[in-house]
Amino acid sequence: MEQPKLETREMLLNVGPAHPSMHGIIRIVAKLDGEQVMDCDVEIGYLHRGFEKMSETVDYNGVMPYTDRLNYVSPLINNMGYCMAVEKALGISVPDRCHYIRVIMSEISRITDHLTCIGAGAMELGAFTVFLYMIKAREFLWELVEMVTGARLTVSYCRVGGVKGDLPEGFEERCRKALEETRTVLKESDILLTRNRIFVDRMSGTGKISTEDAISYGITGPFLRGCGTAYDVRKDCPYAVYDRLDFDVPVGTRGDNLDRYLVRMEEMYQSIRILEQALRDIPDGPFLAHPETGRAIPAAEMVDEAKMGNIVQIEGARAVVDPTLDGASEEEHPGIAADEKRVFLPPKEDTYGNIEGLMNHFKLVMYGHGVRPPKGEVYFPVEGANGELGFYVVSDGTNNPYRVRVRPPCFAIMSALPKLLIGDMMADVTPTFGSINMIGGELDR
Amino acid sequence: MTSRLGEAIGWARKFSIFQYPFVTACCGMEYMATACSHYDVDRFGAGLPRFSPRQADVLFVVGTISHKLAPVLLRIYEQMAEPKWVVSFGVCTCTGGFYDNYATVMGIDTIMPVDVYIPGCPPRPEYVLDGLLKLQAKIQTQHASGERPAPEPRPEFSV
Amino acid sequence: MNAESLIQAVKDRFPQAAEASHAYRGDATVIVHRESLLELARTLKEDPAFQMNFLMDLTAVDYSAFGTKPAPAFFASSGVAVRPSTSIPDKDPWPGPPGSARFVVVYHFFSLTLKHRLRVEVPVEEEDAEVDSLTSLWGGANWLEREVWDMFGIRFRGHPNLKRILMYEEFEGHPLRKDYPVNKRQPLTGPNN
Repeated sequence: MEQPKLETREMLLNVGPAHPSMHGIIRIVAKLDGEQVMDCDVEIGYLHRGFEKMSETVDYNGVMPYTDRLNYVSPLINNMGYCMAVEKALGISVPDRCHYIRVIMSEISRITDHLTCIGAGAMELGAFTVFLYMIKAREFLWELVEMVTGARLTVSYCRVGGVKGDLPEGFEERCRKALEETRTVLKESDILLTRNRIFVDRMSGTGKISTEDAISYGITGPFLRGCGTAYDVRKDCPYAVYDRLDFDVPVGTRGDNLDRYLVRMEEMYQSIRILEQALRDIPDGPFLAHPETGRAIPAAEMVDEAKMGNIVQIEGARAVVDPTLDGASEEEHPGIAADEKRVFLPPKEDTYGNIEGLMNHFKLVMYGHGVRPPKGEVYFPVEGANGELGFYVVSDGTNNPYRVRVRPPCFAIMSALPKLLIGDMMADVTPTFGSINMIGGELDR
Repeated sequence: MTSRLGEAIGWARKFSIFQYPFVTACCGMEYMATACSHYDVDRFGAGLPRFSPRQADVLFVVGTISHKLAPVLLRIYEQMAEPKWVVSFGVCTCTGGFYDNYATVMGIDTIMPVDVYIPGCPPRPEYVLDGLLKLQAKIQTQHASGERPAPEPRPEFSV
Repeated sequence: MNAESLIQAVKDRFPQAAEASHAYRGDATVIVHRESLLELARTLKEDPAFQMNFLMDLTAVDYSAFGTKPAPAFFASSGVAVRPSTSIPDKDPWPGPPGSARFVVVYHFFSLTLKHRLRVEVPVEEEDAEVDSLTSLWGGANWLEREVWDMFGIRFRGHPNLKRILMYEEFEGHPLRKDYPVNKRQPLTGPNN
């Protein structure tokens, strides 16, 4: 019997801005022939919040909260990148302990980013348990971050010329415990996913991109490493103390989703390795007056004594400040801040204790004054969780930045999304989009 | 005027919240943390997100809403069936946050009626649970008191 | 190649095109005419001496408000006599915004094999804000140039699809220009989208 000829047409499917993916909002208009994606058009910009324009209205340290919210799953890496760019513009460098602290916090952020990416990606494929395990591990790491910085997610921890405060006591043990828990979670997730038939079938062979295409689109990070190119800013253009730390750069072979997943899992193990080395190698903390035995006076009393002129009584004492200023007392100051008065606030003992400290504080905080790099332009790349995160800062010598440009790593990846999706089926959009780790705050700024 | 039936309906409604999480930005991370094991929101009956507005009753607007996205959000709100509630999660949706610029909607209550505001940048999961309890209190008394959130007439757009 | 030798190599290849150059804080920067941009970019990509296979970033800066706010003296480069700093270097200062053009389109190139970076700046006048597009050489230039068009209003000759990317289509103006106030509100486009 003759089959009647069926007429098929291509269908336009709008995977709209509000879609059930946990990653962010974009719009994909896909032209489908049955289940296969013939063509697709990607529309972004749904989270454009004007980071670059806002940073021209505040001063250099005021840009810090805006940088947190760029790649909001790894905020400390953004903070660090911006601060190092401004420090390059200034031409100053921070002490070693500060570098180690920044590296430790960056690696913790990198682990949380990869946990979120893999967890959410796995959840979208149906592996809800893995998501819960990874978020549990992320909670341990966020408690660690909260211990140091005071906030779980939007931390604003780094300052131009240093960090906000030193690592608290007991950090090392808590960190090791959290890393143990993370290792357990990673092992469990590995058992559940890596040789799971469904997971491997859905992830391997989908979302393939060749190395030439990836380089042409400017893609870096785990994406490029999944294609086989070992480019990592920490190894190739090292900054902070990464050249003293020993770690490997995992590289995939085929450039599909499964390779990217494996690269991210291995990168988490490497980050844990970096953390353990950094905790071992970090130069010693405060070595001046011991906080327990040194004389401690509440800060309010210190201010009152200073106002009445009793400077001799408060000399050599340690100001007990409220928890938000913890870790920034006079003993800890040399470890966390560059020795440059024009850039970093003096410790509170100096601010309240002598007139030079007060003037220094005034010149850095009052409106119209502040950190003022010399006129110039710099570009500083760091290794974000998605790739090369670069900050291009133009300064005109005033206290507001003239132009702050962030080079978002996932912008390049998203511009290559049509290349990734065309040829695959509609159901492959989910694992591909999950493995991109698109963060809306970074993409649209 | 309360009645046993009103209370029972309120009790049933407040412990079976089907959320539509309209997640855009950083607050989404705290939303995920609240929904997961540490700060479990499932113990309040609100643990099942429905990713279709037709099947949801509480619209959680999580994260900054830009002008490009606002029409989409309004359309999602209108597609939801009564009774529906709106929770404004995070300070960007309450008042616009510190993004006072050309691209951000300064508070979603300029475009839709909001029932509970949860400020914070991002709010800690404890605040979210507090806001959820307040929402539950509102839902409990709503059927009995006869008060319904009146569907707002569509605001006049100058375009 | 380090910064100075890279600049020298570019200048040797394109003596007329390179207007100026500097290596402020170690970043090799070359300022070129816009007519020679495509040629220079192709050479940077394909020539084995440079091998710049990555177009890392493409952005623009609006220099119309540069130097209009008073910069209280901190450094000698502000033009006021001050005591030189001990820790912040102020020798070899930045030569200033390139030319007198309002906009400058900034390209950052990186070579994966030779591991060097170069910044190329192209001054663009306001009345005739047009530059050649690099989409024929790098696929990533497509979206980056769309963003510069959206934010600054600089057109790119030869771009296949130059429309707004971050703002919605009905938006009027170009937000990152210095004369666009930060909190200028635009009417919502309405739910009939």
